[in-house]
Amino acid sequence: MIEARGLTKRYGDKLAVDDLSFTVRPGWVTGFLGPNGAGKTTTMRMILGLDRPTAGSVTVNGKPFAESYSAMREVGALLDAKAVHGGRSAYKHLLCLAETNAIPRRRVDEVIGIVGLEDVAGKRSKGFSLGMSQRLGIAAALLGDPDVLMFDEPVNGLDPEGIRWIRLLMRSLAAEGRTVFVSSHLMSEMENTADHLIVIGRGTLIADCPVAEFTADGTTLATTVKTPDDQRLAAAVTAAGGSLEQDAGQELTVRGLSAEQVGELARDHGILLHYLAPARVSLEEAFMELTADSVEYQAKTGAKQ
Amino acid sequence: MTTAAITTRTRAVPAAAKRPGLPGTLRSELTKILSVRSTYWTLLAFVAASIAWAVLDCAGIASHGVGPSFNAAEASLTGQVALGELIIVVLGALVITSEYSTGMIRTSLAVMPRRSVLYAAKAITFAAVTLTISLVTSFIAFFVGQAILSGKHYNTTLTQPGVLRAVLLSAAIATVFGLFAYGAGAIIRNTAGAISAILGFIFLIPLLAQALPNAWFADLQRWLPGGGALEPIARSTPPIDGHLFSAWGEFAVFSSYAAVLLAVGAWLFIRRDA
Repeated sequence: MIEARGLTKRYGDKLAVDDLSFTVRPGWVTGFLGPNGAGKTTTMRMILGLDRPTAGSVTVNGKPFAESYSAMREVGALLDAKAVHGGRSAYKHLLCLAETNAIPRRRVDEVIGIVGLEDVAGKRSKGFSLGMSQRLGIAAALLGDPDVLMFDEPVNGLDPEGIRWIRLLMRSLAAEGRTVFVSSHLMSEMENTADHLIVIGRGTLIADCPVAEFTADGTTLATTVKTPDDQRLAAAVTAAGGSLEQDAGQELTVRGLSAEQVGELARDHGILLHYLAPARVSLEEAFMELTADSVEYQAKTGAKQ
Repeated sequence: MTTAAITTRTRAVPAAAKRPGLPGTLRSELTKILSVRSTYWTLLAFVAASIAWAVLDCAGIASHGVGPSFNAAEASLTGQVALGELIIVVLGALVITSEYSTGMIRTSLAVMPRRSVLYAAKAITFAAVTLTISLVTSFIAFFVGQAILSGKHYNTTLTQPGVLRAVLLSAAIATVFGLFAYGAGAIIRNTAGAISAILGFIFLIPLLAQALPNAWFADLQRWLPGGGALEPIARSTPPIDGHLFSAWGEFAVFSSYAAVLLAVGAWLFIRRDA
């Protein structure tokens, strides 16, 4: 469980995170979404105590992270896969982390196995591809078998197989009852992975809702129709609990009913349809629509300065 | 979807018997320092330079004869004090600056968020490794140098007054030099910057001080960090320059500078964003 209350971080005159409050719950994969520069990494750094909040607070399992009893058993984090000493072997890297929290050596071998780095464990991490570095970072996060896992853009640099692997890993970690908090600027990634979304733009909270609700919100139940008999269709749709609006040209958009329902409705009332298509807006588009405001805001303030 | 199903999982890692702190972090830092090549290269250079200086210095004395300020212990140990220090500051700085240059500091603090523990563990580990190596170096340089001097019977032994002190303090001063660099590294967070700052402090300040009127310089010299003030440390006899403190005195002065720098470094390490 991660709880942020009024979390604010100011760098000079730039407000990176602005009065952010949210709760990340166990048992779910919570996606942390926002365009690049939205403040995702800064927020995660504050959760880990790397950065001190200008105002507000954030706790992990009820306490500031720095006060946790055994940090590695509480939180496993992968912020930056390249944040390792390249001259150290993968094994020694994991060992030196494990030793701080009295985690037995065999666990180091275990996590190397989990991420599939057995063949290169003795090699210096300098020569690792980004994908291998990501796996090493994930191994480090898993060392303490923590209740809370935090990944910052974990699929960056991974091939499709790696992306699939990490998606399944996050899902299984959440299924074990852990809190999984994963950031991404790619909506499409979250569509298949996350249960819950926290969306930020320009450091402020834009949305905090289940994924299903995010896509459903005025999107999935929209249907585009063309009919010469729009008066009667409007009456039928309204009677069935939907709403209808006139788009540009001849197209009508029906909300609150699925495409199938609209088709059946038209047949029942003997209304001729020329065109019927679900206007399903993807998570990506919903995300763009939501964050467009924060991007515009950025452009406007930029122009003023 | 109001409540998520939470299963009780079996822990893959045993619970911590006590709150992780200094002992584990010391082990971790020892693993860190011994698992990168830069440590071995710098220590090898330190040992080689210190002993090579002793060999050359003593061989020169053995062939050219002794001057009025000759001190047999000093002939063996000057290398470690004058040249070894320049090498050990690199390691002292790297121990902490490499964490910043590689980004490792974020990982280190994510597993050990108690910053004072991490800072202390790093300093202690570095000091222990360096003191061990420099003590060995000190004795080797001493015995090798004295063996060369013994051909002309210029040599001394550890049992002579002040000789053991000179051997031990020469090793200690190298370690303190390294800690000096560690403190600077914590403040500046950049390897080249930290090393430049240290060398500037140790060499430039005494050099600039020489521009002062002679009487002032004589009063000030004993308080300066490095330069001629380090000379008594490698000698078994009192300093030739009457304005300097004794070996212990100069060691205390230098260590105080290091302590101040370490304290400032600690304060910033704990307070600043990583």
